[in-house]
Amino acid sequence: MSELMDILKDPTMDYQQRCIQLAKYAENLEDPIQLSERAKYFQEKQVVTDMGEGAAPYRPRYVTIDFDKFFRQGSKFLMLEPPKDIWDAVSDLMIIYHHIPGVTMQPVYIGHLDRLLEPFYTTYEETKRAVKMLLMHLDRTIPDSFCHCNLGPYDTKVGRIILELSAEMQRPVPNMSLIYNEDTPDDFALKAIETGLITAKPSFVNDAMYRKEWDNYCVASCYNVLPVGGGGYTLGRMNLRYLEELKPTREELMGGLLKEAVLCQCELIDKRIQFIVDDCRFFENSFLVEEGLIERERFVGMFGIVGLAELVNGVLDAKKQEERFGTGEEANTFAEEILDLIHETVDGYVPKYGKIYMHGQVGISTDEGTTPNVRVPVGEEPEFYRHLAVTARMQKNFETGVGELFPFDVTAKKNPRAVLDVIRGAFSMNMRYFSFYSRDTDVIRVTGYLVKLSEVEEYRKGKAVLDNTTNYGSGAKDGLKIMQRKVRGFDYA
Amino acid sequence: MHDTEPKALTVPVNKIIPFSVVDGPGSRFAVFFQSCGFSCAYCHNPETMRMCTGCGSCLEVCPSQALKRAGGESHTGSILWDPKLCCGCDACIKACTNSSSPRIRYMTAGDILEEMHTALPFIQGITVSGGECTIWEPLVTELFGRVKQLGKTTFADTNGQRAFREMKELTRVMDKAMLDVKAWDERTHIRLTGQSNRTVLSNLEYLGSIGKLYEVRTVIVPGYLPNEETVEQVSRLLARFPDVRYKLIRFRTFGVKGPLRKQESPSEAYMEALRQLAQSCGAKKVVIA
Repeated sequence: MSELMDILKDPTMDYQQRCIQLAKYAENLEDPIQLSERAKYFQEKQVVTDMGEGAAPYRPRYVTIDFDKFFRQGSKFLMLEPPKDIWDAVSDLMIIYHHIPGVTMQPVYIGHLDRLLEPFYTTYEETKRAVKMLLMHLDRTIPDSFCHCNLGPYDTKVGRIILELSAEMQRPVPNMSLIYNEDTPDDFALKAIETGLITAKPSFVNDAMYRKEWDNYCVASCYNVLPVGGGGYTLGRMNLRYLEELKPTREELMGGLLKEAVLCQCELIDKRIQFIVDDCRFFENSFLVEEGLIERERFVGMFGIVGLAELVNGVLDAKKQEERFGTGEEANTFAEEILDLIHETVDGYVPKYGKIYMHGQVGISTDEGTTPNVRVPVGEEPEFYRHLAVTARMQKNFETGVGELFPFDVTAKKNPRAVLDVIRGAFSMNMRYFSFYSRDTDVIRVTGYLVKLSEVEEYRKGKAVLDNTTNYGSGAKDGLKIMQRKVRGFDYA
Repeated sequence: MHDTEPKALTVPVNKIIPFSVVDGPGSRFAVFFQSCGFSCAYCHNPETMRMCTGCGSCLEVCPSQALKRAGGESHTGSILWDPKLCCGCDACIKACTNSSSPRIRYMTAGDILEEMHTALPFIQGITVSGGECTIWEPLVTELFGRVKQLGKTTFADTNGQRAFREMKELTRVMDKAMLDVKAWDERTHIRLTGQSNRTVLSNLEYLGSIGKLYEVRTVIVPGYLPNEETVEQVSRLLARFPDVRYKLIRFRTFGVKGPLRKQESPSEAYMEALRQLAQSCGAKKVVIA
């Protein structure tokens, strides 16, 4: 069968999922972006990629609109006044979600929902009904858990309702982050942890790190940190594992090869951005721009990386566990040198529009043998505290987000304070983002997004399931060995 | 080194759990010392009870050659354990007829603090347990003092066999204790543990009165212990100390080697009834584990 027919007839995809695949198929029929010979070389070696984002980007990958502004001014285009009560507010959100472009054709950032809805709080019962309606609408209409809700840093009544509903509903959509800082009361943070141990969300964001880099940011999709009122043009992904397969010596790698590959990846990102802005004229055809909900100046390029572990271990020929990335000090120092060189090169690159920032890409379902971002490979994690320390150390350069996840033993449910102690410790060491879940839950975090284990089993049996990410998740469950992650808790020594 | 230089105190450590969520508030570094003055019929880690006598019954069952006799096979020296070779199968512990373990490390307070170093950013403090930690009073006192200097909290999980009133310095540097009250009735306590509970009950009163009691624990064994009596009396006393948590622990056979290894666990309903009893007698925070 042809690729087209495969899409039309795939029994595991429902109508909407087929539409998304069809659009992707059509986009890939032409190849309008011309790369330099050297970039093509690295692309052929799978070092430089567009991560299957599509050959002809006609919109930014992630659009993170300014919902606060939307609430202040309403929308002429959508014929909406600023909301007057909780029902207006929820309805307006549900309307505008349908008008947010993006690579998944769905909004990847749905607002700081607690901050947005708190002014409309009436009674506990009424507000909870309204918020539940919103969450259910999201879960049933946005078929992937890249859709991301932000909470915190302050304790709010609506924030608590959202946490309560998340625990009650146990659905993977939306993904959720708690912006955590010194103003977040322990009581609220503990409530978030209790929720997380039931349903694998929210994750914790180290606000102290990100607010040094961004004036007004949000967490979108998996854990992408982007300016509010803008977004991410494109996510080019460099696979360091394939760079290792070119078999450079340490001197060759650091003496020119790495920098050259990084510049080629930047070239791809730059040219894709130009296609969005200059060829498709995205910013000239959007009411979001006209109404000031997004501005071109607040879009950035994302330079993703994966496979740091494979590059470090390969180049150093580290075979013994005590010498390998994550455990061996020489390997860890070398890893930092690599990350610093990438950062310096990316930082010095000037694209035609905006600026490019590093992102620790979370992995995709087909990544067999490549460890996501800067993580220690599953099964090779050092002792818990060393694992946390090395993770924090590797995360420093990633302004547009990076994350690691830590499963806890069920005993942690009775002591959420212990998880908070660990998170605070990790944040004091400059870890950027902390995801966690309890070993016994149905909703689990695959790598950056959430899936329901029960739905993965359904998908395996060949049934269409509501959630798009289940399809990704079923691959990652095997390829990324997520079920073998080391669980932290009482019996861990 | 001069011969006159005092040697640092070492004590036998059975186990260290660097990340414990069940030994006091928050995330804790838990140290389990070897040796206990009680011999509880329901002890679920009986390998911590006694010091190793060097009988050698564990030598032949070790599948990974991690155990050796000091001085070689023909000698009668103590048993040496090589943690690098150990596969953690517990065969030695199962073979031990002396309620002990050959996997003991003799450590100074400095050794323990060094192991704690990577844990420091992630923990609220240390919990010493056992065996019975107060047997090693001088080292625990030194360890607690140094942990306090690091800005971390110090908790002792104790069977109450030694009087805290008399361990003044240890009690001063200890933030709080978690105390087992295994039975209220003295004769029952002797039947269960081999020892009187007079010191335990005096510790309960004393630690509560100076605000150094975090939690009291009672293991519930239906058909073997007068559970209601213990719960009632402890709860009446705890009515005076509303901040103290009373934890009722469901007896489980897991790890038990002694006469109670086939005893039944209490039902949910029974535990719930005891919780209500405890609350009606004045205990404010009752939890079931």
